Amino acid sequence: MSDITHSLAEIVGEEYVSDREEEAYFYARDPGLMPAHKPDYVVVPETPEQVQEVVRLANREKIPIVPMGAGMALTGLIIPLKGGIVMDMKRMNRILEVNEKARYVIVEGGTSQGHLKAYLEKNYPRLRHSIPDSPATATIAANVMIHGQGRLTQQYGFNSDMVSGLEVVLASGDICKIGSCSISEDWFSKGAPMPDLSGLFLGWFGATGIITKLALKLYPRKKMRDVEIFITDRDDLIPDMVYELTHTEMVEDINIFSQPKPMIFKDNHHMTIFITGDTDEELEFKRKTVWRVLEPFIKSKDGGFMGVSPAMKPTLLEMPQRSVSRFADVTKGGGFEYSGPIILVEKYAECARKVTELAEKYDLGYSGMARIIGRGHCMMYGFAFTFNRADPDMMERTRKALHEVSKFALEVGGIFWKPTVNEQRMAIEKMDPNTRNLMGMIKENMDPNGIMNPGNWEVN
Amino acid sequence: MITLIWADNEKGPGLLEGVKMYALKFDENLCKTCPTGDCLVKCQYMNVDKDTAVDEMLKISRGEDSFVFNDCVTCYACEEYCRRGNHPFYLITEKREEKGLLTSPRAITKQWINIGEPQGKYRLGDVKEKVLSFGYMPEFLKWVRGKLFEDVMPSFIFGQEFFCNVVYIHFANTSIIKERLPMVMENFRKLGVKEVICMHDECYGSFAHLAPAYGIDVPFKPIHYFEYLYNRLKELSNEIRPLNIKAAYQRPCSARLCSDKHHYVADIMELIGVELVEREYQGENALCCGGIFNMCFGYDLASDVQKRNIDDMAGHGAEYCFFNCPACQGTLGTKVAKRGIKPVHIIDLCKMAIGEK
Repeated sequence: MSDITHSLAEIVGEEYVSDREEEAYFYARDPGLMPAHKPDYVVVPETPEQVQEVVRLANREKIPIVPMGAGMALTGLIIPLKGGIVMDMKRMNRILEVNEKARYVIVEGGTSQGHLKAYLEKNYPRLRHSIPDSPATATIAANVMIHGQGRLTQQYGFNSDMVSGLEVVLASGDICKIGSCSISEDWFSKGAPMPDLSGLFLGWFGATGIITKLALKLYPRKKMRDVEIFITDRDDLIPDMVYELTHTEMVEDINIFSQPKPMIFKDNHHMTIFITGDTDEELEFKRKTVWRVLEPFIKSKDGGFMGVSPAMKPTLLEMPQRSVSRFADVTKGGGFEYSGPIILVEKYAECARKVTELAEKYDLGYSGMARIIGRGHCMMYGFAFTFNRADPDMMERTRKALHEVSKFALEVGGIFWKPTVNEQRMAIEKMDPNTRNLMGMIKENMDPNGIMNPGNWEVN
Repeated sequence: MITLIWADNEKGPGLLEGVKMYALKFDENLCKTCPTGDCLVKCQYMNVDKDTAVDEMLKISRGEDSFVFNDCVTCYACEEYCRRGNHPFYLITEKREEKGLLTSPRAITKQWINIGEPQGKYRLGDVKEKVLSFGYMPEFLKWVRGKLFEDVMPSFIFGQEFFCNVVYIHFANTSIIKERLPMVMENFRKLGVKEVICMHDECYGSFAHLAPAYGIDVPFKPIHYFEYLYNRLKELSNEIRPLNIKAAYQRPCSARLCSDKHHYVADIMELIGVELVEREYQGENALCCGGIFNMCFGYDLASDVQKRNIDDMAGHGAEYCFFNCPACQGTLGTKVAKRGIKPVHIIDLCKMAIGEK
């Protein structure tokens, strides 16, 4: 056992540290396309104090440290690009407090989406959180760290907008509270009315600190939920349709997808519209309102509501939707990756045409999928491709397609979501120089030894 | 009973070459002398008197514009209302198609055409000379079980390769039917089946009437599953325990394409001890489930029709609503259940009577 391994074992216990090859192999990669790179050590802490001690050790020894949730981002954000320590947060999975009336929950930094969902359903059936469509093992901290989106994003914005407090271990090993919890016992705000320091951490992928606790806003869970699918062959009309739908303020979530397979989805764009209600009357009123605002498109024959059979509904209403994962294996061989720029809804048609063009050019299975963010302020448009992991040529074609997506996204005014290291570089290059300098100052001051997830957001 | 009258093409019936456009013959003289104008007078979605009905149908026949193109909701009922065999619905459909008038949004039409496209994903049971045709309705893979079907199962076929495609008359697209139906027949021919029990009205209507009228040779004897169920129940009569329930029947639009088989509904209910409630929207006066209305025309029409229909069931004391078409059941099942009426397919009702449910 090396000295470092021994020191880590003293902090977290021997069972929770490893420098073995089999662990290194596993922690060297994520399910996406980025090249693997092995860590030297894997450590699984249980408490914020253990996280502090590990970070202090890393800082002292100048060893890179990469925090990891479930590793589901697909863009290589948890791959230890410069080796060092991967800190797997999964043991820190406790739900610490629910404030029912103020509608927030405080969880540890490794708590999974599925754990919180199950906990709320059992103990607080009138509350819910904005669950993303990633597998249930994905962690809440990692999701807000990448500015993820979820079922309530159309109403309340990015999931990171729903954070109401953070506890973070800095590169120095100091523990720092962000938001109202820095002054009060209560975790109701991540900033306002004070300076909002959460921006020093959210979106940085662990390059400025490691989240050990966070508070997340919760929202009313209605007793009933239903789904309608409006379909159109006019991609150019999608922004108008979204505008009308969001104007109703009746919709829980709006997802849009287009894909060539199965045949039921060929040729059209599908707006999946979710509604909720506590009574049949409420649900029906919302349904009627949604139908009415789209009626002009029905009359002009530009779109219509497809029949959603009772057999289809459970799949569509599932949270998270496992059908998203099933898409990952459309091309047998289990490879799936997407680039999901955040972009204006009015760019929908350009995006939809681009994903088709690239799929044809590189002969790949594809899906275009959009999630509306905050009443149509923008959307995440996912350019998703499937590939066979046993087919190196197909993997290379997928990489090329995704690279073209990256260039396209920047050209049409988009911003990368959970960008790969290459995309981060492209974004930094295009960024306003003063913004870039500010980011550089922040990074340099918060992580002077460059140990925090190095390779990511390396502005300088 | 409807007797289909069709115009032969130049080469005579049965000599289809590729995608032939066999036109239905609409006899203007027959229409001019119609004493009732029932096709449109009885229509539940238009308010038309006899003279207007005749005038509009003649205008349509002559290729002129008519408000009927806009107001017809594709419920097929006029095919049954017309007792003179003049096929008003097919005329409206063919003329809509000629004029490029869409009944539904383009995306919906495309979707349905895509769904029905053969993809080589059909499923065959142990196919014998007598076979059950599930068309492209997966529900039957679960429902068609037990004693009722044990003398035929597991001889079944399922998939787009055996799909009758008649649904496209809802979308004013008979071309796709004429294009695909010969291929469907060829697929049946390859299986060497002699008798096909059709689990859906459209399949039966297509194989028994439409295909021959289009000049497409049907290489087997089509049997409506109502007829099969009735005969099978009689064979199992010793095992029937009358259900002693009151039920409403949701008659589907497609039943208008084989109204000669409608009597089996009452016959079967009598055998299994079900009282068919005497309600307003039954038989010829049946209302659509609203599924097509939703897709083609929006919320209000579908909502109004569904409400009147379910109110009528509830108002006449129906404990059960039984379905013939799985699509109707999918559309209306939850809604009737919310009114305290149990939704059930007719097959399941029959299974209940022989103690299988």
